[in-house]
Amino acid sequence: MDAMPAPVRHADPMVPRPFRITRVIREIDGVFTWRLAAVDGAPFDFRPGQFNMVTQFGVGEIPVSISGDCRRPETLVHTIRAVGPVTEAMQGLRAGAIVGIRGPFGRPWPIDAAIGSDVIFVTSTIGLAPLRPLILEVLHRRQDFGKVVICYGTRGIHDIMFEEDLHAWRARFDTNVHLTVHSAPSGYRGRVGGVAAAIHAARIDGPATVAFVCRSEALTRQAVNTLGERGVTPDRVWVTLERNMKCGIGLCGHCQFGPSFMCKDGPVYRFDEIEALYSVREF
Amino acid sequence: MQHVGAEPPDPPALRHTADRSRRIALDQCAAAPNADASRMPPAPALLTRDGLDALLAALHADGFRVLGPTVQDGAIIYDDVVRVADLPVGWTDRQDGGSYRLERRDDTAVFGHTVGPYAWKRFLHPPLLRLWRAEPGADGVEIATDAHAAQPMAFLGVRACELQAIAIQDKVFLHGPFVDPHYKARRQGLFIVAVNCGQAGGTCFCASMQAGPKAEAGFDLALTELADGFLVEAGTARGAVLLDRLPHRPASEEEQQQAAAIVAATAAQMGRHIPDAAALPALLLGNLDHPRWDAVAQRCLSCGNCTQVCPTCFCTNVTDTTDLTGATDRTRRWDSCFAVDFSYIHGGAVRPAPRSRYRQWMTHKLASWVAQFGTSGCTGCGRCVTWCPVGIDITEEVAAIRAAPAPAAAAPAAPQSPP
Repeated sequence: MDAMPAPVRHADPMVPRPFRITRVIREIDGVFTWRLAAVDGAPFDFRPGQFNMVTQFGVGEIPVSISGDCRRPETLVHTIRAVGPVTEAMQGLRAGAIVGIRGPFGRPWPIDAAIGSDVIFVTSTIGLAPLRPLILEVLHRRQDFGKVVICYGTRGIHDIMFEEDLHAWRARFDTNVHLTVHSAPSGYRGRVGGVAAAIHAARIDGPATVAFVCRSEALTRQAVNTLGERGVTPDRVWVTLERNMKCGIGLCGHCQFGPSFMCKDGPVYRFDEIEALYSVREF
Repeated sequence: MQHVGAEPPDPPALRHTADRSRRIALDQCAAAPNADASRMPPAPALLTRDGLDALLAALHADGFRVLGPTVQDGAIIYDDVVRVADLPVGWTDRQDGGSYRLERRDDTAVFGHTVGPYAWKRFLHPPLLRLWRAEPGADGVEIATDAHAAQPMAFLGVRACELQAIAIQDKVFLHGPFVDPHYKARRQGLFIVAVNCGQAGGTCFCASMQAGPKAEAGFDLALTELADGFLVEAGTARGAVLLDRLPHRPASEEEQQQAAAIVAATAAQMGRHIPDAAALPALLLGNLDHPRWDAVAQRCLSCGNCTQVCPTCFCTNVTDTTDLTGATDRTRRWDSCFAVDFSYIHGGAVRPAPRSRYRQWMTHKLASWVAQFGTSGCTGCGRCVTWCPVGIDITEEVAAIRAAPAPAAAAPAAPQSPP
């Protein structure tokens, strides 16, 4: 098993590094992917699940998960949904534009926790972006794992992201992809329904399965419950959460979640460790 | 401005070297007190009031920017001081929940007051700071940072609770996985003259938080004001060296007893307490749905005063501003968890209700802080009580939850501290 490259740390963690957008890909309505290269040419090493603070100069800075392949550190990939002033401005940038990158930050997905087990990925719509580096890494080290199942749900047939990847993964004999949409026009021949149904359909050995979940905070609980019905207990379910972040290094205080700073102690958590606080309203 | 980022390799390399030399200097500084402990004066000394002027002059002569308490705008404000006359001679303060007044004393005590709205964090972790400036350049963008101020600072009149606050912020900014280079640069070489409190303020509760009123560690020199001078203890070798240059004589046994009695009387004067602070993490995190949070939210204005006067609150926000040349400045400023926007993520705030925001502040300060940094975030300075416009009292809020905690079975277990 060859090791992933280790992330490096810079002198002043609040100063961004300039990166050039080399390609803009329109994914679905309001979602776009950037391929980026460091202006100084240095590779960008990260672990699946980590994120960057991304600056559009003159507009602002936001946290964005990394959605590229950690085995290809020469290309940094970010997939962004335009939902606020910064991301909407970012949607207007074209190839050649310079943006600032600070990172990588955060606790990565614990891929080693799944070695020898079946692996199930549960996600929906843009949640596939933070999971994509992990899926690529698991498939890269495919022989280390049992069955690999990807349960991916979207609202409609036009909200399916990374379709090329989904086709490629589905084409593999060693990977199951359960793609489901909530609603579809008549004549659609794929699966229609919630992600829960896809989890129920997954061919996994529940008690010997590790789950990686990336959904909205409200729907994470539903995924955990459904996984529980399949015998995947919360101590083998890894989830990501989301909070406001301004620094990425645990110093600005915004992302606190009880005793943890989501930017450095998260955003990936084992569900049983956070279940109590997750259940407290507005905490 | 130092150029970093898009620059060719040379300037960053220079910056690295500079960083390393600073770090070494800081390490030596930290190691000094232990290494030279044997050279410390065996007994405390007595400094006259003229001696205090000499202390100020010596600090200035050594190149320090000397900061100490002054009277400004009807409050004790930390600012530049040159001579003893700049200090609040003959002033005291009367404090209670939501109330602060300066009053004349009937003597000429120099440190006969307690803490005001300012905390030393203002100088180590400034309220407003430019993090960097980005300008359009040949290679797209050039990013530069401001040089750190070269002049070291000396704090005069640091109370025991404030020494504790500085120690707490050291843990936040210097001893985590990431170091704040701005705090580190300001902290480096800092000379601290502590003062043991001769009286308790109306909202003080440092004794119950084990943070005072006597300065135990973290100072170069510590003063106790007596009727005819100051009892001085050296806490570090460089403190002892400075004391040697000042006109002083050994303190008598009687003067040492007087000083001890003053500190003991101060501790006994305190009207507020948070007993058994070590039990607070389990108590508060086990009562996150206690009805008291609703009660306090009825009074809390979410103004954030408590977070601005708190000597340990460290939260910040960043703002980007542009000018007509196309340059961007990123500025860091103090933020408050009482602001709705503080927890904003797409779709809305995580803590829209004042109840959730007060709960976040208090559980962080007294409970989560312990898991994060191995210490409570509260020093018992009482500022949050004094400067709350409606007089919400953290000691009273703790007591109310303690008096009627949720049944143990219903309480969610306090989560494990992060790795």
